[in-house]
Amino acid sequence: MKNTPLHDRHVRHGARLVEFGGWQMPVQYGPILDEVTTVRTRAGLFDLSHMGRVRVTGKDRVAYLDRLVTNHVAKIAPGSIRYALFCRADGMPIDDLLVYPGTDEVFLVVNASNTAVDLEWMHEHARGFEVRIQDQTDELAMIAVQGQVSREIVAPLVRGIELEKLGYYKFGHGTVCGIPNVRISRTGYTGELGYELYVPTAQVGRVWDEVMAAGAPHGLAPIGLGARDTLRLEAGMPLYGHEIDATHDPIQAGLSFGVSFAPEKGDWIGRTALEAIQRAPTRRLVGLKTSGPRAPRQGYPVWAAGREVGHVVSGSVSPTLSTNIGTAYVPLALGEPGTAAEIDIKGKRQSANFCALPFFSRTRK
Amino acid sequence: MTPQPSSVRSMRPDDRRYTESHEWVKPDGETVLIGITDFAVNELCNGNEGDLVYCDLPEVGRALDLGETFGEIESVKAVSDLFTPVAGEIVEVNTTIEDHLEVLSKDPWNQGWLVRIRPNSKELPKLMDAAGYEKFLADRKH
Repeated sequence: MKNTPLHDRHVRHGARLVEFGGWQMPVQYGPILDEVTTVRTRAGLFDLSHMGRVRVTGKDRVAYLDRLVTNHVAKIAPGSIRYALFCRADGMPIDDLLVYPGTDEVFLVVNASNTAVDLEWMHEHARGFEVRIQDQTDELAMIAVQGQVSREIVAPLVRGIELEKLGYYKFGHGTVCGIPNVRISRTGYTGELGYELYVPTAQVGRVWDEVMAAGAPHGLAPIGLGARDTLRLEAGMPLYGHEIDATHDPIQAGLSFGVSFAPEKGDWIGRTALEAIQRAPTRRLVGLKTSGPRAPRQGYPVWAAGREVGHVVSGSVSPTLSTNIGTAYVPLALGEPGTAAEIDIKGKRQSANFCALPFFSRTRK
Repeated sequence: MTPQPSSVRSMRPDDRRYTESHEWVKPDGETVLIGITDFAVNELCNGNEGDLVYCDLPEVGRALDLGETFGEIESVKAVSDLFTPVAGEIVEVNTTIEDHLEVLSKDPWNQGWLVRIRPNSKELPKLMDAAGYEKFLADRKH
């Protein structure tokens, strides 16, 4: 199991550490629900060094990635970031990722738990393309500042990039805490204004400390993966292994914005299968709200119109909505927002309602 | 067994027995009280009692087989089953817990009891004593 370069700081902050995707990660520093509220009302600092960071170079990098990922890499404007997936030929996701095309590279950020599988898949399909695939996970750490006051916290530490002009899902490079050429991206997994910073591993400890110090007057606190999961669920963002996995495709997950069927993109792995699903979807991902005492959990059956119609894929207590929430797959015709449903919690039924996603977002409105 | 250094005091009461799934059983007259250990509570909420969100306990009168699930405790991120280490009938349920989960964190040994069972057999199953449970916890870390 690996430790991130910020491990000692997590221990000092009193984090509860758990194994996640092969890494020892802070799941919480204090009560999880308080951490969610901190991010929604002030700001949170996240160590995301476990996520996979992969650099693709070589003259065929764009054509190669347009064959491998679902979004149209050649069409991504300079300075923009796009969400995409790696899918198998049957259209089922191997992972989801962010794609940052640069002048002489394409930078990818993938899930920790899938990094090894992704790299294997990438190498396996590189034949015939002039590309070089570099795993930069160990040399480049990753932290995120998320929350309404994140710009006030980060801006004083940054030179050479105007944060107020950096739009949602845009990135640039700047000097951060004196470190030149740091990738700064206005992305996150919380539904809040926020920035993700890619900092050389050797220097990330200092950057963490300086961000913590700059954030103290704004109520910034370190936030663990427990709260991060609730934040992303509230924001209607998918998590591999829940909304998407080897049996849950991106189309019915509502992720068509990350899938391009543009003719110019040419054939890509999974295209034919996903086009077929696009033509004839049978189910959809919906939100669930339940005022009952128990949170929906992955695998719980969902009932509507007197029969079992699907299953929960994610669930949590939501401090932001003051209710229990979840996501579930249900037949297309049954998932209309407002429809009454029930969740089967180990034999006991709890009433719920389907609702539209996201539950909450300041970035997507 | 080597004696513990005096600085390490035994955390757990020795008036009861312990299971590998972190329940405790305390004889009380003709009945037994069942609860969960501080370790179990800590696994669920790591000292953050606000992370405990729900406790599902059985109805009085329910008959339980040995090892049967009699309830569940839910924290923000996990759901844990409660198993009975004795077969018998539920004669009393600590309903306060359902509304005051913080009791589990503050006093898992006394106020935090969950159910009272009238055992089918006078003989209680072989379970760990406090020292055995502590050794079990120490061993499972390696």
